[in-house]
Amino acid sequence: MSSLFEEIATPPSSDIPIRRVTITVNGEPRTADIEPRLLLADLLRQGLKLTGTHKGCDTTNCGACTVLFDGRPIKSCTMLAVQADGHSVKTVEGLASASELHPIQEGFKEKHGLQCGFCTPGMMLAATALLEKNLNPTEDEVRWALSGNLCRCTGYQNIVKAVLWAAEKMRAESN
Amino acid sequence: MYPSRFKYEAPKSIAEAIALLDAGKGDSKVLAGGQSLVPMLKLRFAFPDQLVDINNIPGLNYITFDADGTLRIGALTRHEDLEFSAEIAKRQPTIAAAAPLVADPIVRARGTFVGSICHADPQGDWAATMIALGGHLVVQGPKGKRTIDMKDFVLGPYATALNYNELAIEAVIPAPKGKAIGGYLKLERRVGDFATASVAVSLDMDGTKVLRAGIALAGVGGKTIDANEEASFLVGQTLTEANINKVAELVAAKSEPRTDHRGSSDYKRQIVRTFVKRILTANSAQKVA
Repeated sequence: MSSLFEEIATPPSSDIPIRRVTITVNGEPRTADIEPRLLLADLLRQGLKLTGTHKGCDTTNCGACTVLFDGRPIKSCTMLAVQADGHSVKTVEGLASASELHPIQEGFKEKHGLQCGFCTPGMMLAATALLEKNLNPTEDEVRWALSGNLCRCTGYQNIVKAVLWAAEKMRAESN
Repeated sequence: MYPSRFKYEAPKSIAEAIALLDAGKGDSKVLAGGQSLVPMLKLRFAFPDQLVDINNIPGLNYITFDADGTLRIGALTRHEDLEFSAEIAKRQPTIAAAAPLVADPIVRARGTFVGSICHADPQGDWAATMIALGGHLVVQGPKGKRTIDMKDFVLGPYATALNYNELAIEAVIPAPKGKAIGGYLKLERRVGDFATASVAVSLDMDGTKVLRAGIALAGVGGKTIDANEEASFLVGQTLTEANINKVAELVAAKSEPRTDHRGSSDYKRQIVRTFVKRILTANSAQKVA
């Protein structure tokens, strides 16, 4: 079966023009020729092979596909890839540096913030967006910020602990 | 799931967007935040020939108060912008109460106030809020601008008074006559679910006396329920327990809930009654002078 990206990169006779888009993904400009209906999540996963962005529900509910779009969290299954032309996108692959994990990632490791791991990339990016606005969140604020991300395993307890752990570490680092 | 094919246009000005909508002859959809439209495209409930993406038009994301207190919200103002606006928190209690209850935080970072109103989902939070506030929309078409009162705007589920070649560019909320008080309560099974029932209340007060009262409901009818006539019982009155109970009964009777998996019609009507009482009681306890 051909992938969605391959299929729609060469559409059958159609009067819909292919668009060339350039998106800064995790700091690097990436160019793709796409049909306008391609979703950002599919461009990331199938076009750019960045499969850390997960597609869970595909209906704007679960938040597994959350990425940062110009710094704001968005559900990448609910944005057209063509809309990202000229913008910057950060996926879970962009969190760690070459030598060390992002504090959020460390937090998930330290506090066992995942079980199956499917929701984890979306959780970490939603948490990153929170900590960029508020480095000293209360537990309630963490729960509120993650309320658009569903987890079927953990009961959220350790995810919340992981984010609070990361916040503490980031506060210590910024001092 | 992916949408059926469409042409995609990203105009840089309002005039260009209107020209594209006009040329599209009714087979176009405007894309703002896309948090309702994109899911509908993916389910192929919507299959427009053309999408007109207005996100590249500058100057449409604003929250401003005129000198007289009139509030203006631009077509690209995101729910989150309202949620975190200090001015809204200070001056517009009904919107401030509703903003954190719209969808979920990630959807709020992208979805827009005006887009949500134009989507006209019967369970939409903002249409109810706007009706309670007595707001209107400024829309622009090939022949210029006109205003549409919110109470005339929603015609039915997903149907509005907007012509195919018009773009809603601004929501306007009139200045309160006195001190603005009010609130918004929503019952949802979990964050991001459609409302089981929600209630928007907006009052203008002179001391303890009600000068203007607006109430509207979402989730309890085929469209947003305008209960402003029922709310007007409060005008000239004070917020006594008897008055609050009376208006809660009137508003509950005005709701048209249907029994479904979110609850029975009686249950939803009871929620409406309770929410009206809760909002008014909380406000009556405040010092409003």
